[in-house]
Amino acid sequence: MTDTELIWRIAGGSGDGIASTSQNFAKALMRAGLNIFTHRHYPSRIRGGHTYVEVRAKDEEVTSRGDGYNFLLSLGDSFARNPAEDAYYGNEERKPLAENLDELRDGGVIVYDTGLFDEDEVAELNLEERAEENNWHVYPVNLREIAREHGRDVMRNTAGVGITAALLGMDVSYFEELITQNMSGDIQEDNLNVLADAYEQAQEFEFTHDLEVPTGENEQELALMNGSQSIAYGAIDEGCRFIAGYPMTPWTEVFTIMSQHMGKFGGVSEQVEDEIAAAAMALGASHAGVKAMSGSSGGGFALMSEPLGLAEMTETPIVLLEAMRAGPSTGMPTKPEQGDLEHVLYTSQGDSARVVFAPAGVKEAYEQTRTAFEIAYDYQIPAIVVYDQKIEGELRSVPVDFFDRETNPDLGKVLSEAEIKEAAHHESGAFQRFDPDAEDGVSPRTVPGQKGGRHLTSGNETNDYGHIDEDPDNRVAHMSRRLEKLDTIREDLDEGETNQAYRGPEDARYGIVTWGSQQGTVFEAVDRLNDEGHSVKAIGVSDLMPYPEAEMTEFLESVEEAIVVEMNASGQFKGLTQKELGRFGDKLSSLLKYNGNPFEPAEIVDGFEASIDEETDIPGNSTTFVPAAGD
Amino acid sequence: MSAFSAIGEDREIDSEEYTPGIEPQATWCPGCGDFSVLKALKQAMPEVGRTPEEVLTVTGIGCSSKLNSYFDSYGFHSIHGRSLPIARAAKLANPDLEVIAAGGDGDGYGIGGNHFMHTARENHDMTYIVFNNEIFGLTKGQTSPTSPKGHKSKTQPHGSAKSPIRPLSLALTSGASYIARTAAVNPNQAKEILTEAIEHDGFAHVDFLTQCPTWNKDAKQYVPYTDVQDSEDYDFDITDRREAGEMMHEVEDKLYEGEILTGRFYVEEDRPSYTEEKQAIGEMPEEPLAEKYFDEDAEWDRSYDLLERHT
Repeated sequence: MTDTELIWRIAGGSGDGIASTSQNFAKALMRAGLNIFTHRHYPSRIRGGHTYVEVRAKDEEVTSRGDGYNFLLSLGDSFARNPAEDAYYGNEERKPLAENLDELRDGGVIVYDTGLFDEDEVAELNLEERAEENNWHVYPVNLREIAREHGRDVMRNTAGVGITAALLGMDVSYFEELITQNMSGDIQEDNLNVLADAYEQAQEFEFTHDLEVPTGENEQELALMNGSQSIAYGAIDEGCRFIAGYPMTPWTEVFTIMSQHMGKFGGVSEQVEDEIAAAAMALGASHAGVKAMSGSSGGGFALMSEPLGLAEMTETPIVLLEAMRAGPSTGMPTKPEQGDLEHVLYTSQGDSARVVFAPAGVKEAYEQTRTAFEIAYDYQIPAIVVYDQKIEGELRSVPVDFFDRETNPDLGKVLSEAEIKEAAHHESGAFQRFDPDAEDGVSPRTVPGQKGGRHLTSGNETNDYGHIDEDPDNRVAHMSRRLEKLDTIREDLDEGETNQAYRGPEDARYGIVTWGSQQGTVFEAVDRLNDEGHSVKAIGVSDLMPYPEAEMTEFLESVEEAIVVEMNASGQFKGLTQKELGRFGDKLSSLLKYNGNPFEPAEIVDGFEASIDEETDIPGNSTTFVPAAGD
Repeated sequence: MSAFSAIGEDREIDSEEYTPGIEPQATWCPGCGDFSVLKALKQAMPEVGRTPEEVLTVTGIGCSSKLNSYFDSYGFHSIHGRSLPIARAAKLANPDLEVIAAGGDGDGYGIGGNHFMHTARENHDMTYIVFNNEIFGLTKGQTSPTSPKGHKSKTQPHGSAKSPIRPLSLALTSGASYIARTAAVNPNQAKEILTEAIEHDGFAHVDFLTQCPTWNKDAKQYVPYTDVQDSEDYDFDITDRREAGEMMHEVEDKLYEGEILTGRFYVEEDRPSYTEEKQAIGEMPEEPLAEKYFDEDAEWDRSYDLLERHT
């Protein structure tokens, strides 16, 4: 692996400002012309506990966190010891140094804050020995002292950034500019002093490493965005002006962004008592003629099962988000997993139909959220965007003009009052809400308050006018019509711009199948495998339900074998594929990871090699390789 | 032409307009108290002066929730306990709608209890009618949250060990701004109370005592009622939260002792509705949100302005 890239990891305690510092670091690199990808790892606690963020910067496009990293800025966990409180905070100030060493690449650089732990604690880590073995370059610096001298302890971050800039030969003015823009008064001045002092001190060091920040050029105007922002902006641009929710990690981020902006966009946001109410409210608002959404994570989404089915039965368009985290139950709240696929596909009673999108990253999150609204309103059906904590938190540099698109407040087949006059009515004046023979299965609707559109709708099976009706012929007519929508939606999606993504040579011998957030990592692995002489291509599935039968069949028929890469323990997408296609069982194997961390490209490379070449060892203990049936 | 021209129509309204021309599937038993609620509601509508097309009724599940099968307006028959969140979102989407939510005691005080508390707290401008017959009817006679302590049913064969819910007190402590109880056997009062409740600008909770002749033959709904407003024995200030609270305690104690007190128990006129509160702090547009989607000239802002740009 060459170091034409920088993967900078900043580690510390939760609450030490790791997230904001890394964000600024990423912005500085982006302004310097590099492409950015960040990866965030944090514990489920507010203050204290080891947390880190990686910023990967490259001249070329970056689609994953990469393998390991090559620069560690370890701040020490300032919340690891708190003798004033009864609660046990532990005594592990050195954790941010100790816990990050395993993934540091050969030749990597370590800067650690000596202000927070004693030298003898470092000695226990065998740092010197390991550094020699791995060709690491270690720079112990008392960051706390630099921070204290010019300001306060918390500015250790800024001191660390100053040291980093000097060691990597970065232009420090990018950081000065960010501090000037984001801070004011004494804080601004103190931080500038801390930065300058640290930068100067590092110039005095004897540099033993040769790692430098890559150079890049980017003429475009860029935005640094995470998946949550992207989803929220997609919803806003698609005309969504109503959101109801209940906080739950990691969905909270989208909810927060939407809530903060809904007022100025003329919309309404509601934090309500539970997720049942939240989804039911999205439904109520949509019924009354507004584009509406709700969302949650696994456990909260479980509560939405009822309103989801109601939306399907009453043919009320809604968009729900499902931000997956490791389960079952509350599982691991801050760790990503793709374990809720079956939950999202099958929850709710009856032959319930919904549309499911699984964006692959930040850009796709924007596009597919928009498509989810479009499909939901055009077809009067619930649409779900399923994503995970990885997409939620990762920052990508995205060209600003990507977001320069028209809004779409179109509610789909909602009749105007003039059209209602021409529409079919019962002789009593009731509007024929549900036409069993409607084109594409979609019967035009009206909203309360419109003259001539009066009707009833119900979660029970109903007749054409929305009145409860258990007549067998009526049941079959309306049930079939509702399910028919899925076929039309599949055709619509296949024709549209939002589609599955492919990588690698078309005539490749082997295949890798993935869905959602692992796409970028898989694609990077595919590039590397082909560079190494393998013949492999990948499909990243994003339009997930209705199942992309034609595309998957074509892909799987064209390869000898394929591995399905997903972040869960039971191979849910592989299972879905076999269920939907009814074959390929002997062609498909699984590469699974469910330890709370997303795949790294090297794990996919290893997994692929293990699956096609039995001489190769099965990858490390974090992944599971499940051979194809019949092997 | 306005997108919602049914709203604000000014004309004489006949109760019979609310009778659907579509024959509903019969689910109410002969002698059911629910017929009285339907009748009172239909009679209230001309008084209120709103046409069927500017009214949205949202119901839950159960016999009571079949109300909108018999009441012809825009209607949404939803699911167990969830009428209120649907109703209040519709109200937020289009505050010009007359929103009436309805359901039974199991639906509203049991499975939907949490929503009841929070909807009252927010003081949405809507009416919530709870058909209280102290029993689960449609599931064939199980003990409900308002069934008296000791009530025997197939699911509680030894008699319920639980004290019943006190819906009026619950509404008051939760924050409802209009609270009344009426009864199926008192049609005039029922019509008056429903009229007031619908006209009230805030969350109006009406606990409507109904009888279930099939599953709850022992219920005390057949006992003559006292209207506290007509009786000289009861003198309290319905605008005073503490006095109203004490009165409600008395009413709720006496219900299971066989003395049925009905009437208005709390009315708070000057409290802003939730819509007004939200508009005042800039969390809600002045014009009904739903109208914007029907306005071809409406301006729709893009997220573009939210992007933090870097060159």
